[in-house]
Amino acid sequence: MKQLRPNDMMLQVSMRLITLIIFAFSFYLFLAGHNNPGGGFIGGLMTASAILVLYLAFDMKTITKAIPFNFTTMIGVGLLFAVFTGIASMLYGFPFLTQFFDYFQFPVFGEVELTTALPFDLGVYLVVVGAALTIILAIAEDDK
Amino acid sequence: MTALHWATISPFLLAILIPFLYKYVRRIHTGWFVLIVPLVLFIYFLSFLPVTANGDAVMRSVPWVPSLGISFDLYIDGLSLLFALLISGIGTLVVLYSVYYLSKHKEKLNNFYVYLLLFMGAMLGVVLSDNLIVLYVFWEITSISSALLISYWFHREKSTYGAQKSMYITVFGGLSMLGGFSLLYVMTGTFSVRVIIANVDLVATSSLFLPAMILILLGAFTKSAQFPFHIWLPDAMEAPTPVSAYLHSATMVKAGIYLVARVTPIFGGAAEWFWIISLVGLTTLIWGSISAVRQKDLKSILAFSTVSQLGMIMSLLGVGSVAYYFNDGDNALYTTAILAAVFHLINHATFKGSLFMTAGIIDHETGTRDIRKLGGLMTLMPITATVSLIGLAAMAGLPPFNGFLSKELFFTAMVNVTEYGIFSVETWGIVLPVLAWIASIFTFLYCAILFFKTFTGKFQPEKLAVKEVHEAPFGMLLSPIILGSLVVIFGLFPNILAYTLVEPAMAAILPGILEPGEQFYVNIYHWHGFILELWMTIGVIAIGTLLFLTMKKWSQSAFYRSEQDIFNHIYDSGYNGLIKGSQVLTRVQMTGMLRDYFLYMCTFIVLIIGYTMIRYDAFAINTDNLSPIDPYMWIVAILLVVSVVAVPFINNRITAIIVAGVAGFLVALIFTIFRAPDLALTQLLVETVSVILFMLVFYHLPDLRKEKIKPSFKLINLIVSIAVGVMITLVSLSAFALGSETNFTSIAAYFIENSKVLAGGYNIVNVILVDFRGLDTMLEILVLGIAALGVVSLIKLRLKGSEDV
Amino acid sequence: MEILMSIIIGIIFTVSVYLFLSRSIIRVVLGTLLLSHGVHLLLITMSELQRGAPPLLNLGAESYTDPLPQALVLTAIVIAFGVTSLLLVMVYRTYKEHETDDLEELRGSADE
Repeated sequence: MKQLRPNDMMLQVSMRLITLIIFAFSFYLFLAGHNNPGGGFIGGLMTASAILVLYLAFDMKTITKAIPFNFTTMIGVGLLFAVFTGIASMLYGFPFLTQFFDYFQFPVFGEVELTTALPFDLGVYLVVVGAALTIILAIAEDDK
Repeated sequence: MTALHWATISPFLLAILIPFLYKYVRRIHTGWFVLIVPLVLFIYFLSFLPVTANGDAVMRSVPWVPSLGISFDLYIDGLSLLFALLISGIGTLVVLYSVYYLSKHKEKLNNFYVYLLLFMGAMLGVVLSDNLIVLYVFWEITSISSALLISYWFHREKSTYGAQKSMYITVFGGLSMLGGFSLLYVMTGTFSVRVIIANVDLVATSSLFLPAMILILLGAFTKSAQFPFHIWLPDAMEAPTPVSAYLHSATMVKAGIYLVARVTPIFGGAAEWFWIISLVGLTTLIWGSISAVRQKDLKSILAFSTVSQLGMIMSLLGVGSVAYYFNDGDNALYTTAILAAVFHLINHATFKGSLFMTAGIIDHETGTRDIRKLGGLMTLMPITATVSLIGLAAMAGLPPFNGFLSKELFFTAMVNVTEYGIFSVETWGIVLPVLAWIASIFTFLYCAILFFKTFTGKFQPEKLAVKEVHEAPFGMLLSPIILGSLVVIFGLFPNILAYTLVEPAMAAILPGILEPGEQFYVNIYHWHGFILELWMTIGVIAIGTLLFLTMKKWSQSAFYRSEQDIFNHIYDSGYNGLIKGSQVLTRVQMTGMLRDYFLYMCTFIVLIIGYTMIRYDAFAINTDNLSPIDPYMWIVAILLVVSVVAVPFINNRITAIIVAGVAGFLVALIFTIFRAPDLALTQLLVETVSVILFMLVFYHLPDLRKEKIKPSFKLINLIVSIAVGVMITLVSLSAFALGSETNFTSIAAYFIENSKVLAGGYNIVNVILVDFRGLDTMLEILVLGIAALGVVSLIKLRLKGSEDV
Repeated sequence: MEILMSIIIGIIFTVSVYLFLSRSIIRVVLGTLLLSHGVHLLLITMSELQRGAPPLLNLGAESYTDPLPQALVLTAIVIAFGVTSLLLVMVYRTYKEHETDDLEELRGSADE
C-alpha cells in the first residue's frame, strides 16, 4: 500500500474517530449477537474492516506498531477458545459443545445473562478477524 | 477387550514402539525386542491346547460396527489354534534368525520389523476372526505388509516389481473375496462364520451359491499362489530370506488354505467345490514341481516348490470335502484327505521353513544363490548341509521324515478318490492319483538337484564374490536346527501331533459330522505293508533318481534352459496394456484446459439432474401461495440483473470488480427484504472486505482484454451456461413447488420454540450457529483458518531460486 | 417473488458459468464470486420467502421466517469468502510465476 500518501491529515484524523466508532459498534454487535442481529461472524468482520480502514489511512509500519497482534496466531487462539468451550461441557459429563446459560445480578448492570456460548462466539470472532486480516495483509505485504 | 483381543493386536502395539526403540536403543539389535511378542504369544496360545483337544472352542466378542452387525469376534477352535501356533511359533524362529541375518549397521531395521509385526498381527487376525468383514480387513493388511516386505530393498527394481505384482494379484483376489462374503451376507443375513455354518441350508439352496463360491475361491487361490495366480510367489523371493521363510512359505500363503478349510462346512459336498479345488490344486502341484526343476536360483526353486506343495494341500482339501457328501465320520476313506492336508500343513511349515533359512545362510555366506556357481559346500558348511538334507528328504517324501508320512497319506487320499463313486469319479477320478504321482517324481527330482548341486560336486571359489566360505554363526543356525529337529521328531513320533493338533483341526474343518463325544481316528504310522502307496513311492524314487542321473543329457534342452513362466508374459502384457490404455484414455480427455474440464462438469450436471427430474416427473411450477413482490423489489431485481450481466462485457479490471461489488451489495439488500438481518449485515461486510481484497490483487494483475475465442467455442459456452442457468431456475421452482404442495413441516419450528428455552437467546440464527449446530460452526471457522493459512503459505513460502512451480 | 427470484438466480448462474468458460483467469475468479451469490440466493429461496417476521424472538411476532436456511447461508457466505480469497491468491501467484493470465497458455504439460 505504498501508493497511498501517508501524510493525509484530514483522512488520518477523521479515520481515527471513525475507527473508534466502528470498533465500539463491532464490539456491541458481537455481544448483542445472542439476542439481536450480530454475533461472532458479523462482529469479527466489522472489526476486521475497522482495522483495514486504519491500514488505508496510515502506513503499514505505524499500524503494526499500534496493534501488536499476530493475526495468524489469532486464528489459532480463536480455534482453541471454541474447542475448549466444547470440551468444558464434556468435563461435566455432557456431550461435546453443550452450551449453558443463566442470569446473574450485577451491581451496575442489573440482571445480566451469561452464556457459555459467549466464549465460543469469541472464538468465532477471533478466527474471523484473524483470517480476514491475515489474507489481506499477506497480499498487501507482498510487493515482489 | 479381552485378553485374546489384546493378544491379537499386541504385534500392532509393539509396531508403534519399534521406530523409537530403533532410534534410541541403537546398541541392541531391534530384533531382540520383537522376539518377545511371538514367543509370548506362542506360549499363550499353547494354553488353549487342552481346550481344543476336548473339542471345545473359545469365543470372545467386542462390538465394532453394531449397526451393520460387524463385531470383532475372535474364535479359537482346532483350525485357528493350529494356525495361531504356526504364526507365533515360526514367527519366533524367523525373528531370531533375522537378528543374525540382517545387520544392525547396514539395514533399516525399523522398517523391517514394523512391517513384520504388522503382518504378524494381521495374520493372527485372519485366522482368529469369526466375522468375515474383520477377516477381510486383516486379510488385506497381510497383502499390504507382504508387499512392503517384498519391496524392503526398494532401490532394487526387481523388488518393487515383485511387490507390485503380489499386491495386484492378491488384492484382486481379496476384493473378489469381499464380493463373495457380501453374497454370503445376502443369503444368510450375517457375517459370522459360526452363524452361516449353522444356517448352511440357506446357502446351499440359494442361486447365489456358485457365484459366492467362485469369488471366495478366487481370494483363496490368489493368496495361496494357486495356478494360474502362482506367478507372484517366485517374484516375491526378492524379499529378505526371513520374510520368504515366514510369509511366503509358512504362513501368509497358507491363508488361502485356511480360508478354504474354514468355509468347507459351507460349500463342501458340492461337486463344483470338489472338482475346482482338486483340479486347481493338482494343476498347481504339477506345474509348480515341473517349474521348480527348471530354476537355477536356490530361492526360486524353493518358491516353485512352495507353489506345488500348496497345490498339494489345496487338492487334499478339495478331495476331503466329500466327507460332507457322505456325512460319515467313522469312515476313514473320506477323512484321510483332510487328515493328510492338516498334517502336511504342519510338516511343510517345518521343512520349508528350515530350507529357506539354510538357503538364506548359503546366500549370506557365499554371496550367491545360483546353483551353477555353487557346489562342494558339504565340507565347508556341514551343519547347514545336514539340516538341508533333512529338509529336502522330508520334502521328497523319504522315510523316516515327516514328509514321507504325509506323502503316503496324500497318495492314499488320491487313490481313495477312485472308490467314491460320486461326481463321475469313475471316469475321471483316475486322473487325480496319476497327476499326484507324476508331480511327486518332479518333486523328488528338484530336491535332488537342490541338494547335490549345492553341497556336492566341485567347490568353485572363483565364481563367488566372497573370498572365504565358512559355516554360519550359531545364532543363525539355531532356527533351522530347531525346525530340522522337528522334522525328525514329527517323522519318528507323528502321533504326538495326532490328538493335540491334527484331530482338533480336522474336527474344526468338518464340524457336524461327528456325533458329540466322538473323535476322528488319527493314527499315522510308517509301515502299511506292501500296498499301492508304497509301490508308488518306490516308483517315484526310482524314476526320480534315473532322471537326476541323466540330467546332463536333458539339461541342454530348451525346456530346461528357459526359466520363465508363460503366465508371466500374460501378466506383463496385460499390465502394460492397461497402462497404455489408460494413458490413451487420459490423453483424450485430460487436455489440461480448465474450460474443457468445466464443460464436462456442467454438461454432466445438467444431464444427470435433467434425467433424474424427468425420470421422476419432478419438474413443477407452483403459482399459488407466492409471496407478493413489492414495487421496490422490481428496481432491486433489475439493477442486480443488469450489474451481473454486465460483468462479462467489461474490459476494465477496476470497473469489473466495482460492478461485481454492486451486485454483492444488492444481494445484501435482498437479504434485508427477505427479513434476514444477520445475513444482510454479513453480506455487506464480506462484500466490503472482498472488494478491498480484489482491488489489492487486481492492482498487480494485467487488465482484462477482449476475449479472442473462436465463434463456435463462444456458441458452445453460451449454450452450456444458459443450459445450466435454466436447469437451476427449474430446480429452484420445483423445490419451491414441492415444498408448498407436500406441506413439509419445516424443522425450523423446533428452533423457534426452543431458542429461548434451551439456549437463552432471542436471535434464532445466532443461537443455531453457536448452540444447536455449534460443531458445524466450529468446523467452519476451521475451514476459514485453513484458507487463511493457505493464503499465507502461497504468498510467503515460495520456492527459492529457479525451481519450477 | 419466488418465481422472480428463481429467474434471477438462473441468470446469475448463467453469467458465472459463462465467466468460468472464458480464457482469462481473472474472469474465472469473478465467476466464482458471482456464483456464490447465486448459491446463497438459491438456498434462501428454496425455503418460503417473507413468511413472518425476522427470526428475532424479542419482536414478539406470531410467526417467524425460517431461521435454518439463514444460518446455513450465513455459514456459506463466510466460507465462500475464504474460498474466493484463496482462489484469488492462487490466481495472483500463478500470474506472478508465469506472467500470463491466459488459461490456454497455462495448460498442464503434455505428458500428464
